Amino acid sequence: MESYHLKRIDFIFKNENDWKDVLSRALASDKQLILNELMESELKGRGGAGFPTGLKWKLTADEKSDEKHIICNADEGEPGTFKDREILTQVPFKVLVGMAICGYVIGALKGFIYLRGEYTFLMPELEKAIKEFEYYCKEINFKFSIKIFLGSGAYICGEETALFESMEGKRGEPRNKPPFPTKNGYLGKPTVVNNVETLAHTYTIFKYGAKQFYDLGVQYSRGTKLFSVSGDTPKAGIYELELGMTLEQFVDDFGDGDTKAVQVGGASGFLVPRKLFSQTIIGFKGKLEGHSLPTGGSMMLFNSSRSMFNVLSNYLYFFHEESCGQCTPCRVGCQVLLNGINEVKKGERSTLYLDKLLQLTETMKQTAKCGLGQSVANSFSSIVENFKEEMIY
Amino acid sequence: MDNISTTIKTLVKKHGKKRESLLPVLQGIIKQENFLSEYAMVLVATELDISAAEVYGTASFYSFMNHKKGGKYIIRICKTITCSMKGKIQVLQAIEDMLKIKVGDTTPDGLFTLLETNCLGWCHKAPAMLINDEVYTSLTPERVREILSEYLTKNK
Amino acid sequence: MGKNISITINGKKIEVPQGTTILEAAEKATFHIPTLCYHKDLCVAGNCRVCVVEQVGNQRLLASCATPAEENMNIITNSLKVRNARRHIIQLLLAEHKSDCTKCYKNGNCELQKIAADLRILDQEFTELKTWKAFTVDKHSPSIIKDDSKCIRCQRCVRTCAELQGVNALSVSGKGSKMHISTFMEKSMVDVVCTNCGQCVNHCPTGALVEKNYIEEVWMALADPEKHVVVQTAPAVRVGLGEEMGAKPGTRVTGKMVSALKQLGFDAVLDTDFTADLTIMEEGTELLNRLKMFLANGDKNVKLPLLTSCSPGWIKYLEHMYPEQLDNLSTCKSPQQMFGALAKTYYANAKKIDPESIVSVSIMPCTAKKFEAERPEMHDSGYRDVDYVLTTRELAIMIKQAGIELLQLEDSKYDSLMGDSTGAGVIFGATGGVMEAALRTAYEIVTGREVPFKNLNIEPVRGIEGVRSASVIIENALPGWDFLNGVELKCAIAHGLVNAKNIMDKVKAGEADFHFIEIMACPGGCLGGGGQPIPTNPEIRRKRTEAIYEEDEQMTIRKSHENPEVLKIYKDYLKEPLGEKSHHLLHTKYTPRDRY
Repeated sequence: MESYHLKRIDFIFKNENDWKDVLSRALASDKQLILNELMESELKGRGGAGFPTGLKWKLTADEKSDEKHIICNADEGEPGTFKDREILTQVPFKVLVGMAICGYVIGALKGFIYLRGEYTFLMPELEKAIKEFEYYCKEINFKFSIKIFLGSGAYICGEETALFESMEGKRGEPRNKPPFPTKNGYLGKPTVVNNVETLAHTYTIFKYGAKQFYDLGVQYSRGTKLFSVSGDTPKAGIYELELGMTLEQFVDDFGDGDTKAVQVGGASGFLVPRKLFSQTIIGFKGKLEGHSLPTGGSMMLFNSSRSMFNVLSNYLYFFHEESCGQCTPCRVGCQVLLNGINEVKKGERSTLYLDKLLQLTETMKQTAKCGLGQSVANSFSSIVENFKEEMIY
Repeated sequence: MDNISTTIKTLVKKHGKKRESLLPVLQGIIKQENFLSEYAMVLVATELDISAAEVYGTASFYSFMNHKKGGKYIIRICKTITCSMKGKIQVLQAIEDMLKIKVGDTTPDGLFTLLETNCLGWCHKAPAMLINDEVYTSLTPERVREILSEYLTKNK
Repeated sequence: MGKNISITINGKKIEVPQGTTILEAAEKATFHIPTLCYHKDLCVAGNCRVCVVEQVGNQRLLASCATPAEENMNIITNSLKVRNARRHIIQLLLAEHKSDCTKCYKNGNCELQKIAADLRILDQEFTELKTWKAFTVDKHSPSIIKDDSKCIRCQRCVRTCAELQGVNALSVSGKGSKMHISTFMEKSMVDVVCTNCGQCVNHCPTGALVEKNYIEEVWMALADPEKHVVVQTAPAVRVGLGEEMGAKPGTRVTGKMVSALKQLGFDAVLDTDFTADLTIMEEGTELLNRLKMFLANGDKNVKLPLLTSCSPGWIKYLEHMYPEQLDNLSTCKSPQQMFGALAKTYYANAKKIDPESIVSVSIMPCTAKKFEAERPEMHDSGYRDVDYVLTTRELAIMIKQAGIELLQLEDSKYDSLMGDSTGAGVIFGATGGVMEAALRTAYEIVTGREVPFKNLNIEPVRGIEGVRSASVIIENALPGWDFLNGVELKCAIAHGLVNAKNIMDKVKAGEADFHFIEIMACPGGCLGGGGQPIPTNPEIRRKRTEAIYEEDEQMTIRKSHENPEVLKIYKDYLKEPLGEKSHHLLHTKYTPRDRY
């Protein structure tokens, strides 16, 4: 028998055959009530950024426009994240219902699922589900259609404005913000972009009410979250857990007994060394004690056999390829960082160069155009600061 | 009309002439041809009334849109962190040894192209690879040899 | 709409209309923020990040070019945080860029160099990436050199090619560290739809896109005592050249330029305006002939509207994009090429010079003229008609090399033969100018009266709108032109190829109800040409336009058909417009090209 330290929760993957009822019930209720419910649940975006979902829907609903869109972001590209694939495989109807209700609330007749090219094999089943779903919508006289838009291998397209560009047939280069998608999104129309998991959570909230969701988790980080657990762990896989746990609790449950560090939030997240496990809380910003780390759900565990230099180098390689390349700090910065750690490692540059590179990541955080370039600093500084000796020797 | 122009006309008919159709159209071509030839890109540009440079520029942004002729099967092995930790190097070595090609190359018989790619989203079952759209996980050198043997037999 | 916003910049409170960016607001408050990817001609990209500023209370810095001012924003454009970030960004660009400034054609006129100098970046903080080693310089085009090793990926060229010109020969390709500016399949500029207009060159902040220069070749010719070197100067050069020497935009330096050219050692300094006037005679006659065949003879196969053919960028664009409309294009060569053909025939005859020893140089506001001079069909004199084409910028370099203080020079007059010009020839340099010059002449030929506009200024064809139209009703025509009585002669004007596309799509669809259309490849016409001083922007174009029309008003003769040398050449040599000699020397044919 395995011993659990953390309570397993089963909302998302619970097989529920009542999606038609949930949809019909929502469509029969007042839009404002739906928004209120969503806001009361304090659900925040599960893609990693954690924007309040209810507010996003409300802002888009408040916009006046002849056309609006709801897009389900299934461009799950963050290293170490694989939960969305599983949701779309196991409970696609929850996502479709979430999209349709959003469409109803904001006034969108069309929904899109932006599916990453790596998940092309999901298409046949997903299309079947959509067909059945649309058939039901027609039956109940609800005008709403869903189309899958397939990506083609570009991590940055998970950034919502890059995603719009990609859907518009262009290079997936993030746009300047403002304007924000709620005002000016796909084809210039107000658009809600929600992560797959976020939409699946809305299903739970609409079915069971906001309270059940709200009662889980902690202040500012309500409800549950799917975690994609990988790396040096005997329990690699997907787990639904309450937000607000400490990393120590997590490692007690999922570690292999020799966990040296955990990367929270994928390559764009933070590396937490063992000494900080107990004071690191998994949740969104705003928690009062300790460091609070948001995550799209990626938890990568590293044991003492792993070189943190290799880890960082792998991330930086990833970023220097996957940066869209349009803005200077990200395009050139990633290359300079990657070269820089190698130079220091080889002894071509003094260790003081690492401090210069740390300052550079600070500039990248302040000046990059989108989240990708801004977040390279996260893994870089957390790894270099905590494992400096591994960078040098 | 040649094969490819028929394909493109059909694709454009299905997806429409708007710029938004560019990716689906290119994806459709790749599905059939496994790459984007110069000729195909010019045809798409003509059909969608955009410049060929834009078609090329857009396609080159996406790592699944090759414009170099590749093999019938494109192997994309994940090189991101977890797969690297879990034996991707050995798996890659096994593929290279078996097919006698390096990353970026195509076998002389035109059957396989070997590429590396970024996170495929199978970190819990690392290492992972794609062969065209098909996923293979929890790879070992032995397993990858079996998989490739099956492809070879299929194409005897 | 119309709402004002109050914003504080460096402690200075100002009001700006809603929608104003922080950068524009700062400019209004007289604070300079350095920029690279920003250009007033283009949509905002916000990708170089050089223009970042600090908003008090905000962790992140804001790209001032891309961020709208908001009520009560408190902005600091020069805080320590901003300076550090800006230094970093320039250092990054320098790590990527091939910084061999002293060997660079743009040395001294490079925006990256300027900002690096302002910030006194004295050391290479970050190890050079040397990614530029992967690039080779594309020198195959006769007009433009593309050197990716100097590129900072600001995408000004890409936006120029798309937004101003609608050509999209340049695109961004690759991503991440491999992102760069390329043509279709990385082909040479000479093998793609590039029109050679040079707007990308004019908008490039660094040395990544420059004109192919022929400065040394011209110096060699000038130094050769056996050669008789003639130079022609295009109308727009005289209102641009001064800027290169530090004069304010819109300064006219016609006489000083002639003096400078004489000091440089040219044997004859002549004027393209002369052949501009000749173009009007030929093209005007061609238009009237086509109208006659169409209206009087009822020949429905006559190709109308007639399209002007002075702008070689426009011609190549048409050859690529609308090859089926080539018959609408006037068969007249551009003034440069008419001049070239006559220099080695008519001029050589009259001056008793062996045409073989003539070197024909032209000073143009244009890079496409370099390509035009290289066209195989441009050898009607029996030699290459125009040997070397220099842009306004190249002439400025020569003048500086020779140590000539242009602005201090006395005025000189053009030499003769082929040095006389009229106001009509001068206004060729502005959008609408060819149309105006043509109308001044055609109307008078047909009616015997001057065009019915005050002071000969045909205001309706002037202006900056991308597409304009105007019409003149013809009454009391002279005998022989009666078929034009009551006819409303309809004209249209477009400048910037993106506007040419607008109008040509209508022509193609048969929806354009015009007799005559003037199209110039560059925004503003030749005065905004790809070979003109950098920077060129809407304000500077406006100034140069004013200068062109001033120049026109000050001319004693303002109608092409009154140019004495034009009258003389028809009497002595050509006999009549569209005559046999004209046909041979002054007209040409075109080449359909692939669109992709």
